[in-house]
Amino acid sequence: MDNRSIRDSGGDRWFTALNYIVLTLFLLSVLYPLIYVLSASFSSPDAIVSGRVWLWPVGFTLDGYKAVFHHKLIGSGFRNSLFYMTAGTTINVALTILAAYPMARKDLYGRHLFMFLFVFTTMFSGGLIPFYILVRDLGMLNTVWAMLLPGAVGVWNVVITRTYFQTSIPDEMLEAAQLDGCSDFTFVRKIVLPLSMPIIAVITLFYAVGHWNQYFSAFIFLKSQNLYPLQIVLREILIQNNINMDMLSTVVDVQSAAKREGLSNLLKYSLIVVATVPLMIVYPFVQKHFVKGVMIGSLKG
Amino acid sequence: MPGEPTTETFRSGGTGRTRWQKIRKGRQLYLMLALPVLFVIVFNYVPMYGAQIAFKNYVVTKGIWGSEWVGFKHFHRFVNSYEYWRLIRNTLSISLYSLIAGFPFPILLALSLNYVRSLAFKKSVQMITYAPYFISVVVMVGIVFELLDPRKGIVNHVIQALGFEPVPFMAKAGLFQSIYVWSGVWQMVGFSCIIYLAALASIDPALHESAVIDGASKLRRMWHVDLPGIMPIAVILLIINMGHMLDVGYEKILLMQNSLNLRTSEVIDTYVYKVALNSPAMNYSYSTLIGLFKSVINLALLVLVNQVARKTRQASLW
Repeated sequence: MDNRSIRDSGGDRWFTALNYIVLTLFLLSVLYPLIYVLSASFSSPDAIVSGRVWLWPVGFTLDGYKAVFHHKLIGSGFRNSLFYMTAGTTINVALTILAAYPMARKDLYGRHLFMFLFVFTTMFSGGLIPFYILVRDLGMLNTVWAMLLPGAVGVWNVVITRTYFQTSIPDEMLEAAQLDGCSDFTFVRKIVLPLSMPIIAVITLFYAVGHWNQYFSAFIFLKSQNLYPLQIVLREILIQNNINMDMLSTVVDVQSAAKREGLSNLLKYSLIVVATVPLMIVYPFVQKHFVKGVMIGSLKG
Repeated sequence: MPGEPTTETFRSGGTGRTRWQKIRKGRQLYLMLALPVLFVIVFNYVPMYGAQIAFKNYVVTKGIWGSEWVGFKHFHRFVNSYEYWRLIRNTLSISLYSLIAGFPFPILLALSLNYVRSLAFKKSVQMITYAPYFISVVVMVGIVFELLDPRKGIVNHVIQALGFEPVPFMAKAGLFQSIYVWSGVWQMVGFSCIIYLAALASIDPALHESAVIDGASKLRRMWHVDLPGIMPIAVILLIINMGHMLDVGYEKILLMQNSLNLRTSEVIDTYVYKVALNSPAMNYSYSTLIGLFKSVINLALLVLVNQVARKTRQASLW
């Protein structure tokens, strides 16, 4: 809302000042851990362990990043994640559009039934084990398919895409196209898709982020190291503290136990940055689309 | 929406069409729907069918259909088990704690942001508070572990600098739920705020104008105009949250768990995973029963809360 024309009264001035202070504190408490992790990833291991890093890097070094890029599993994890993300998102977006368009059409007989079929799955599920048994019985265990096909249709994304189609593609357009003998497939390809790029951008982002950050399905479905996405490798290193020291010795001299421990600690900070930076770089550019996506979703949940 | 004029009635002039004609008319649409519907049936509804093994003794070689019925055996075993009350208590306490801690902050953030005039400031606050949402759960837990590390973490450096003994955070069962909940609030506050900002943006400016003319201060406008404006969406989110009351997630808790904090960190989801997939006994039926128990309670809560919200004339899902 625009309050610009209205002059603040005394009480409102206090309100405004307090508001800015609260927001700044909020901002700092979210920002500080991010800055600390970033600074630590460039600091010398000793400085981190002894607590001398608190805001800016101390004893600048790139050893942590060198160690990250020499770690064999991290490289292959990165490549696998990239593949799961691209292939998975392509399947997701195609299926989502195919589901959303017909259900956006008011003349589709039984569309409420179909909608219920989709939405009900968000309220009730068979549970983890029947799902696991299904994936196993389909022969997908330890294959890339387990990462791509289960959960390929995101119901929330179907709902927001459908809402977008309903609100931004005028009925008159369909009528005009139908008078000219345009089939539904042609209408989707030539009219709906070109008009729907904003929502396609939004769901592409939602799905892509989901794939990049996905760890649980890999955790239960994959056994071979060469299929591991980045998140599983991250789990080994960050959570299980499972770091192959032989790989690190090629980067820097790690003779003493203390040095090893320091470097493995530094490696974790660098790894956190490397795993998160791709999304953080893309996200400011696409933030407005994300916001739009959530807003469309909130129109009709 | 039944009753509203559609392109259908427009073209057919409202004359009666048989059901079959309508279906034939939309055959290309059904063709489009076929693949996604197939996916949902296979990956969502087939597991619901498979959930019947909760009442059977599932044996891999006999399959879901061929295994023997045992009725409520697994149910009785679960509700009488030593784990039962601990799981229920931990699940509910983590869930309620998350709800109570997680609900007000996004609303407060949205209300505050709504009164910021500087667009640049507003944008930067949004951009930065939104960023943690993109951090994966593994990295998130990794950050928590690093920062809270007893010897190397910054938090304990500060605690020591203040003259206290370092705290082994992840080894303290009493602190587990707080760490889980507050790291979640930190990560989600910016994202959850967006939906409230959208609701605030859709409030009729005339309401604010007349409030100003009546001499209402900003605080009063926040209370009497903004808050009622976002109530419906808050109620909807509350209902949806209630529908996932017992889903506290396999991912984050499983990653944060260790033998020292198990007393407060073992929840239904993690137990379901362990009983079937992380134990030599591979007790699929028992685990499925526990999962089903959870799903049924979730659905019941959703329906119940929605009913209450509808009766009290707040928003409702259906």
